[in-house]
Amino acid sequence: MSESEPATPFRERAGQALRDSFLQEALTIATTKFIGLRREAFDEFPEGEALRDRAREIKEATLQRLDHYLDLLIDNVERRGGHVHYATTPEEARRIVLDIARRTGARTAVKSKSMATEEIHLNDALEAAGVTPIETDLGEYIIQLAHERPSHIIAPAIHKTKGQVAELFARELKRETVADPEVLTRIAREELREKFLQADLGISGANFGVADTGTIVLVTNEGNGRMVTSLPRVHVAVMGVEKVIPSMTDLAVFLAILAKSATGQKLSVYTSLVDGPRRGGELEGPEEFHLVLLDNGRIRQIAGPLREALSCLRCGACLNVCPVYRQIGGHAYGYTYPGPIGILLTAMLNGTESVKDLAHASSLCGACLEACPVRIDIPRMLIELRRDVSERRIAPWSERVVFGALGRLLQHPALYRVAARLARLVQRPFVRGDVIRRVPLVFGDWTRTRDLPPIAARTFQERWAELERARRR
Amino acid sequence: MVTCLGDVFYPEVGEKIVRLLRGLGVTVEFPAGQTCCGLPLFNSGYHADAAAVARRTIALFHDAEQVVVPSGSCAWMVKHEYPGLMTDPADRTAAERLAGRTYELSQFLVRRLGRRRFRSAVGGRLTYHDSCHLLRGLHESESPRALLRDLAGSEFIELPGSDECCGFGGSFAVRLPEVSTAILDKKLASVEATGADAVVACDAGCLMQMRGGLSRRGSRVRALHLAEVLAPEETPR
Repeated sequence: MSESEPATPFRERAGQALRDSFLQEALTIATTKFIGLRREAFDEFPEGEALRDRAREIKEATLQRLDHYLDLLIDNVERRGGHVHYATTPEEARRIVLDIARRTGARTAVKSKSMATEEIHLNDALEAAGVTPIETDLGEYIIQLAHERPSHIIAPAIHKTKGQVAELFARELKRETVADPEVLTRIAREELREKFLQADLGISGANFGVADTGTIVLVTNEGNGRMVTSLPRVHVAVMGVEKVIPSMTDLAVFLAILAKSATGQKLSVYTSLVDGPRRGGELEGPEEFHLVLLDNGRIRQIAGPLREALSCLRCGACLNVCPVYRQIGGHAYGYTYPGPIGILLTAMLNGTESVKDLAHASSLCGACLEACPVRIDIPRMLIELRRDVSERRIAPWSERVVFGALGRLLQHPALYRVAARLARLVQRPFVRGDVIRRVPLVFGDWTRTRDLPPIAARTFQERWAELERARRR
Repeated sequence: MVTCLGDVFYPEVGEKIVRLLRGLGVTVEFPAGQTCCGLPLFNSGYHADAAAVARRTIALFHDAEQVVVPSGSCAWMVKHEYPGLMTDPADRTAAERLAGRTYELSQFLVRRLGRRRFRSAVGGRLTYHDSCHLLRGLHESESPRALLRDLAGSEFIELPGSDECCGFGGSFAVRLPEVSTAILDKKLASVEATGADAVVACDAGCLMQMRGGLSRRGSRVRALHLAEVLAPEETPR
C-alpha cells in the first residue's frame, strides 16, 4: 500500500500554511538559523567541497553493486548474532516488526528518530497491535504528544514555536511550564527516563549500514538513540536499502559532511555504532538485534529516473534553503517526506501520480542542488517528473491545452506575431496607465497580487527596422 | 536574441542593448522570426515541443558569431539544455556550437568584451538581485556586480539574501500564486530595506515578478534591467 492522497488539493494546503502566523514565525527563525550555521560550517572547512564529491562517488559506486554490499552487510550482521529481515513493501516491514514485538511479548517500544519508520507508518500499526510506541527524540516526542507527523526530516517539530510547545506540555503532561527550551527539555527528559527503563523494545532507524563490519550507524544529538539501542531487551533497526555503505573509511567521509549540512555542527553530539546484540562477557546491549531492510520502491529506481535520489543522506539541507518549503513548511506537502527531496522520495515510494501537483511546487531556483551534500540534481529530476506527468497525460486538461497552444505558437513566428497583436487588442480594456491591474483567466491569479506589464504598443521585432535605419543614418 | 518577454513586454530593454553594444563597436544583427527559447515548455515537461522550438532557434542563429541574451534563464536554456534536447547527432553538434557562443549580457560585456566601466543612465542608489539561473545555472555573480560597482554616477548597495529566489519560476508564479507572492514579498522587503532607488536584475522573468509586486504595493523603488542602467557611451578611461 502506498501513502494515501491528502484530502485537500495542494494549493489549498499551501494557502492554509501561509495564513498560519505561528508556522510562519517558527519556519523563518529555524530555517534562517540552519542556513547560517551550514554556511559557517562549510566556510571553515575547505576540504568540504572535495569530500562532497567523494561522498557522491561512494554512493554511486555502492548503487552499482548494491546487491553485493547488501549481501555483505547481511552476512556480517548475522555473523555478529543479529537477525536480518527484508521487506519489499511497508506492509511486510510492519508485519516483521509486529511479529518481533509479539514473539518477545513487548508492551512498550521506545523509538529514536527515524524517517523510515514514519514512511511505513509503524506507530499506528504498533498501537493497533497493543504495543505503545514512545518517541524519544525531543522533536518527535513533541509531535507525538500533539498527534501530528514530522514536518522536517531532521527537525520534526520545526513548525512549532516554543510557546506552542509549552502549552502542549501543560495540557498533555499536566505540568507547569514556561516557554523556555531548557525547561521544556528537562520536563521531556524526566518523562522519558522512566519509559526507557520500562520499554521491552527499542526501535531505531539507521543513517548508515557499514557492509564490511555489519555495523549500524546512528547520528543523533540527544543521546536517546543510545538508550533506545542499548536498554531494552530487543533492538530493531529499520533501514532503507540505499543506506548501505562499503566500509568504515567511507563512513568517515559521510560523517565529515552530514552534520555540517544538517545543523552546521562539525559532528553530531552522538555517533553511535551498533554492532548487534550483547555478546558473552559484555555488560550492555540488547539480547536480540534485528535489522529490517526496506525496499519500498527504492530498488526499482536503481535503473529509474530518480536514481540520484537514492544518494540522499536525509540531512534536510535542501528543505532549509528551499523558498517554497520556507513559506509552507512540511505538512502542506502532505506526505512523509517534505521539501524538494521529499517530492522525489514521494514519487519514488508512491508513483508519479502522487506528485502531479507537487512536482510543480518548486520555482526551480536550484538552491537545493547547491546545498545538497551529495549534489543531487533535484531541479533536474523535478523537471523529469513534470515530463512524466505531461507525457502520461495526467496533467489537468486545461494545462495541456495551454501548453499545446504555446508549443505551436512558439514554433510558428507568424502565429506568434498574430497572437501578440491579438493580445494587444484584448488587453485594451484592462490597461490602467502603464500596467494591468486585473485580468481574467490564466493571469487572473497573477494579477490578484501583482501588476502585469501590458503587451508593448510595438514589440522589439516591430521596432527592429527602425533601429536598423537609425544605424544607417 | 531578444527572448519572448523581452520582445513583447520590455522592447525598450532590447533597444537599449542594441545602442549599448553599437556604442561599444559591436555589429548587432537581429535574425527575424524569433519567438522564445522554449524554457517554459521545457520546465513544465513538454520536451518534444521544447526540442522543436530549440531546433528552430539553433537554425536562426546558425550564422551568428556571438549571441547575446538579456536573460540569464534563457541563456541557461540555450547553453545548458539545448544540446541534451537534440537526439540527432548533427543537431546536437549545432546545439553545442550555439551553446559555446551564447552569452548573457553582463557576461558578454565583462568576460567577452572586457568592458566594465560605464556611466549610470539612472543615477541614485542601486542594489542587485541574483537571478537563479544566472547565479546557480551559469555560476555568474561577479560580472553584473563588477558593472554596478564601477558604475559612474550610481552607488551600489549589496542586497541581503540577493541569492534567494524572487518567486517567479515561470509557470510556478501562476500555478501557486500565493506561494510565489509570499516569496516575492520577502524579496521586496529586503530590497526596500536597503534604501536603494532601484533593484537591478539580469532576467526578464525576475523583473516581471518584482516590478509587478513593487507597482502593486505602490513602492517608490523600481526594478530595472541591467541594460537600463548602463548609459550607451563608454566613460573614457
